[in-house]
Amino acid sequence: MTHLAVIDYGMGNLHSVAKALEHVGARAGQTLRVDVSGDPAVLRSADRLIFPGVGAIRDCMAEIRRLGIDALLREQLQQKPVLAICVGMQALMQRSEENGGVDCIGLCEGNVRRFAFDARDAEGNVLKVPHMGWSPVRQTLAHPLWQGIADDERFYFVHSYYVDPAASVTVAGTSEYPQRFCAALAAPNLFAVQFHPEKSQRNGLQLLQNFLSWNGQA
Amino acid sequence: MSLAKRIIPCLDCDNGRVVKGVKFVDIRDAGDPVEIAKRYCDQGADEITFLDITASSDDRSTTIQTVEAIASEVFIPLTVGGGIRKLQDIRNMLNAGADKVGINTSAVINPDFVREAAEHFGSQCIVVAIDAKCVSQPGETQRWEIFTHGGRKATGLDAIEWAQRMVNYGAGELLLTSMDRDGTKSGFDLELNRAISEAVSVPVIASGGVGNLQHLVDGIKIGKADAVLAASIFHFGEYTIPQAKTYLREHGIEVR
Repeated sequence: MTHLAVIDYGMGNLHSVAKALEHVGARAGQTLRVDVSGDPAVLRSADRLIFPGVGAIRDCMAEIRRLGIDALLREQLQQKPVLAICVGMQALMQRSEENGGVDCIGLCEGNVRRFAFDARDAEGNVLKVPHMGWSPVRQTLAHPLWQGIADDERFYFVHSYYVDPAASVTVAGTSEYPQRFCAALAAPNLFAVQFHPEKSQRNGLQLLQNFLSWNGQA
Repeated sequence: MSLAKRIIPCLDCDNGRVVKGVKFVDIRDAGDPVEIAKRYCDQGADEITFLDITASSDDRSTTIQTVEAIASEVFIPLTVGGGIRKLQDIRNMLNAGADKVGINTSAVINPDFVREAAEHFGSQCIVVAIDAKCVSQPGETQRWEIFTHGGRKATGLDAIEWAQRMVNYGAGELLLTSMDRDGTKSGFDLELNRAISEAVSVPVIASGGVGNLQHLVDGIKIGKADAVLAASIFHFGEYTIPQAKTYLREHGIEVR
């Protein structure tokens, strides 16, 4: 049995991701236990961790620090695969521009920036922020989590800020709105995505299924 | 390739069944919401919107069960609206598996509710639903006003100002319905949609009046909608989602 834990630090909707994981497990005939928890004991006992996040980074970081999730993640990444999603990915960076500037966990080098206010699409229309909907993801790294997913397949995004990684970070996928941004990054035991695999239908479920069998190596 | 325009089928549900009325009368039964949502998802719908129009009761347990059932099988974004009045209502819907909630009348009664909701749950899950009706005379500059109670009750609020205010309060997206067009199959109110879409920074979903696929194209190209919502053209088999996507693609619109 695989034991998954979705890290719950009191910020928003974690049920979608838990439901998607359960669905993927059932589909693959895998016995899966999915806990949604902020309890360090539960998180330490899990085989794999999901680090989701929605909402404002300041509130997320305050809860992450209060509950000691930052130290726990640092420790757990030495031992087991972690999938970070959306604001979870952003929280891994050093600093975010959101809420007037917020220090993040700093597991990955780089910052989180806002999309430009006055960007325009090819027809001259102002681009709406948040970037909301289905955009193609260009795979910039061969990685087990992309297995069975074609290059440039679309995933569901909803975000106003994006990760701008330092050169030390391995970018696994990019998207454009309209400038190119980091849609996925990879490190030992870590895969982080800006989009929502749990809401990205076939491709998203495939990525989650790939995560269930990933050994943590690129 | 870039961000796709979204096609969103809408399930108007009364006591756990999908229905669709013409201007809120003549309600026809269109079936089981879970089955329908799953079918649309399999066909390539980009999101699903579920509107609870059960008028008779404050009891949302049927809705919560339906949302749970849909969310266990449908892995695209799900918006739930209808009867969202308190933070607890939002929490209940998110816990049931909704990704966003639509707030309509409650925003008009208490605009601060939108601000509180966005602060608590994040703008990304707060959709403000705006029902607007044209109130200017022919020949005048067009003006639209916010109406509640299915288009029966005027509020005195100017639609464009209201839309901007709701975005300032933290709405992450607007669902704009023309009460003049809803159920008529004569197409979106394109002037209304364009005016609102150009006045706000967040995505706008056009709704109300779709009768054919050209209406969807017009909503995006002329009305500047980021997404288009339709109910009856899909429920009663006039068009499928793939047909709609093919038509949009043939007209130069990027779709998934």
